[in-house]
Order: sequence, then structure tokens, then C-alpha cells
Amino acid sequence: MDKIEKNLLEQIADLHDVPQGAYNIRTNGSLSGRATTENIDIVTKTDKPGIDIIIKPGTKNESVHIPVLLSQTGLQDLVYNDFYIGENADVTIIAGCGIHNGGDSESRHDGIHSFHLAAGARLKYVEKHYGEGDGNGKNVMNPTTIIELDEGSYMEMETTQIKGVDSTQRDTTARIAQGATLIVREKIMTHGQQFAGTDFTVDMNGEGCSANVMSRSVAKGESEQVFRSRINGNARCNGHTECDAIIMDHAKVSAIPELTANHLDAALIHEAAIGKIAGEQLIKLMTLGLTEQEAEEQIVSGFLK
Amino acid sequence: MLELKNITYTVDADGQKRDILKNISLTIDERFVAITGPNGGGKSTLARMIAGIIQPTEGRLYLDGQDITDKSITERALAGISFAFQQPVRFKGLTVKDLITLAAGRDISISEACGYLSEVGLCAREYIGREINASLSGGELKRIEIAMIIARGTRLSIFDEPEAGIDLWSFNNLIQVFESMHEKLGGSIMIISHQERILSIADRVIVIADGSVRADGARGDILPELLSGQGTCSVLTDKL
Repeated sequence: MDKIEKNLLEQIADLHDVPQGAYNIRTNGSLSGRATTENIDIVTKTDKPGIDIIIKPGTKNESVHIPVLLSQTGLQDLVYNDFYIGENADVTIIAGCGIHNGGDSESRHDGIHSFHLAAGARLKYVEKHYGEGDGNGKNVMNPTTIIELDEGSYMEMETTQIKGVDSTQRDTTARIAQGATLIVREKIMTHGQQFAGTDFTVDMNGEGCSANVMSRSVAKGESEQVFRSRINGNARCNGHTECDAIIMDHAKVSAIPELTANHLDAALIHEAAIGKIAGEQLIKLMTLGLTEQEAEEQIVSGFLK
Repeated sequence: MLELKNITYTVDADGQKRDILKNISLTIDERFVAITGPNGGGKSTLARMIAGIIQPTEGRLYLDGQDITDKSITERALAGISFAFQQPVRFKGLTVKDLITLAAGRDISISEACGYLSEVGLCAREYIGREINASLSGGELKRIEIAMIIARGTRLSIFDEPEAGIDLWSFNNLIQVFESMHEKLGGSIMIISHQERILSIADRVIVIADGSVRADGARGDILPELLSGQGTCSVLTDKL
């Protein structure tokens, strides 16, 4: 692994070298490292690019790292990853994509991730997207996430895109069975001419299931963000979606909620707030001795923490 | 020492000029000065002006002989002025520890932060990691606001109606906080208040009404007059 790749790995996974436990590292479109454990198997797909990650029922306190690194300009990478989390397993998966584009062509990574959580399984899924590079080539990431939650399972998904991704369209669909829970926390910061679109569709199909989709974002410069969240309550369920955005400079932010209750006992809530940093917040921090610029940085970094 | 010389603040309201502060001159050097007077009389305007949030239309401000009239909020903060808001500001994502650290102006240990919070009657373990958001009550925010001022420890600390928006139980504790702060804090405390119990621990009481200084003197001279209603308007005596 060279210096650029090591830096990308640190940015997206807080890793300085190859991780402990199971991992699969994909560099410039091909496999560059893999480890499996007794309970976690990683198998290369034969019909299309990508891997199957199979976690045995009852696996506890194990983690899987699956970083993707792109340092070759102009590389167009498409990958299908399927995750099978066995009954009553409780694991953490850390994914992420880092692009270093030093050239003038578009670098692109489109990851299509499918999660299948068996009954009673628990998963924490963490995903970070990061781009850098001094060329004019754009860094593009369009992740698609498909989530199937069986009875009583629980998934927490944390996605972060803080820097350097010029264009992203994130589509997430989820189907939630009886008593299962989905929690999504999304953090996005865009600047310059960047665009970030996120689109959630959640079908709450089982009795007593719940979903909470939360987005916090900051849009700076001339950037644009569109947050769309569709929640369909098809049974007795609790659904909540929230978009909270800080807008700066000449940026644009849209929040588009769509709640559909197809059942009398579906309780669905949407909250959205978009606004600039409150003047009183800046003044308060300035009375503590911070400059206006420092105050703004504190507010933004706290908001996205 | 803070000096205000011929301070006037005029606003344009519906095309008409209105004086909020009228030619106020004051020198403040005492350890504990209370400013009182009816609502709308100009007290908060004066406090915000000292902190640099608003600029006087006329007049100059001096801190220890240095002209600070043209200094920014940040510069005045660094020169030694602290200001506790009447309505504390909420911050999504920033924690109590973050704000106390920013107030102290350096990295502080948990036990130091704990010290500041316990001064205002909060248990650090419960509060240190809490976000400064809507989950905190008005009384809790007010105490955190005061803890930040203690953490700054500057030569002049201004409090704008610390009693506003807090319940009676919290208020009784607040009095104790100010009594002990009076003893510990090295610099001057300037506190805007309507509460007799706060006025009764001040060295000096200044009454501001209708943009002017109506009365100014030692607590023992001003307080009996205020409470008897002589020489002040009925609005103020009703308030007290």
C-alpha cells in the first residue's frame, strides 16, 4: 500500500494499516487484501464484480472492514456487495470509499450493497466517503443500499460524506418486518460546486416495526443538496424522519418528505429545518473570544459531529 | 475599570428617531454593581453595547483607560469582558464540555470542567456530555451560561437578568452562586436584575429608566428609596 492509499484508508476507516479481524480491501478495481475468520466468510462473486460477506448465526462482537480505495484517475468502478447476517449475530461492518484523483478524468465508484439481516440479528454499519486530489477530474460516488430486515432484527447505519466528493446520488431502500428496527444517521457536507442527493424509501411492513431516518447536513459555496425521504407505514409501526440543514453562502438545500400511512395504526412523523447559522450563536461564541470565522467552524463541526 | 462617556444610542423606528440611551456617563470599578430599572429602559442595550454587540450612536467606552469603542466583540472578549445572555443560545451538536472549554480558552480536564459546573450547582457527570440543545431546561442553560463566565474569569463579567426564565428553586440556588462568585471572582461583576435579593448583595445600585440614569449610589442609599417607591416610576416599584 503506498502513501496515498494509506492516507485514504485513514480518512475513511481510521486505520493506519490492515485491520484486525475480517477484511476485504479493494484498490483501483481489484482485490488487494483479504482475511476471513471462523465466523465470517468473504467470497468473490463469479457472475459480476463484488463479494458476498457471510456472517454465521450467533456471531458476536466481530467486525468486518471493507474499504475501497481509488488512486488512479479516470477509473470507473462498479461493485456489488451482498451481506448475509445470520440469526442473532451482533456485528459491526465498516465500509468506506476514498478517492484520490490527481488527474483530469472523472473517477467514479458505484457500490451496490444489499443487506440481509436474519431474525434477531443486529448490525452496525458505518460508511465514510472521502475525496481528494489536485487535478480537475471529478470524484463521483453513487452508492445504492438495499436493506432487508427480518423479524426482530436491528440495523444502525451511519453514513458520512464530509469532504471532496463532487457528485453523489445515494439511494437507499429498506423493507422492515415485524418488530425490526432501522436507524439511519446521515451526515453530509458539500462545498464548491458539489451536488449531493439522498433518497430513502422505507417500507414498514411488519407489526411493531420502527424506522428513524435522520440527516444532518451543511451546504457551503455554490453546492446543492436534495434530501428525499419516503416512509410507507403498512402495519402498526412508528416511523420518523428528520432533515436538519445549515445553509451557507449561495448553496441550495431541498428537503422533500413523503409519508404514506396504509394502516390505521401507522404513526409517522417528519421534521425538517433548513436555515443559516443563527446570528446569536456566532455572537455567543465571539463573546468567548473566538473570531467570526472560528465561531462558524465550531458550529459546523459540532453540528456534524 | 469601565468608563462610559456620553453614550447615546438612537434607533430608527418607523421613520422616527428614538433614543434608547440618552447621554449616559458612568464609571464602574466596584466589585459588584447591579443595574435595575423598568423593562424597556435601556439596561440590556447598555450591556450589549459594553460587549460590543451594538455600537453607540455617540459617546466612547474605555476599559482600564483604553478606548474600546471601535473594538469588535472578539477583541473586547479577549480584552477581558464576559457577557452572559439573558436568553442563552442553543447549539445542536456542541456539548457542555465543548462550550466550557471554548470559554476557558484552552484544553481543560474533566475535573476542571466539573469544578466550574459544580460552582453553579450542576453535577458534571450528568451534564458534561450533554448537547446544548432543546433537551436542557431554561434553568439548566442559565447555569451553564454562568459556568462559562466563571471559566473565563475575566476582569469584567456582565450578566443580563440571570433570574429571567428560571423557577424559584433554581433562583434560590442562583443567589448563592452570585454570593460565592462575589467572593471568589477577582474582577468586577455587573448584573442587570429586577430581583431585590440580587440588588441586596450589590455594592452599588444604578437605576436606568427611559434611557437615562435615574439613581446611582451605594446599595444602602438606593435600595430603601427604590423599595419605598420614592423618586421612581410605579412600573419599577411594581416590578420590585
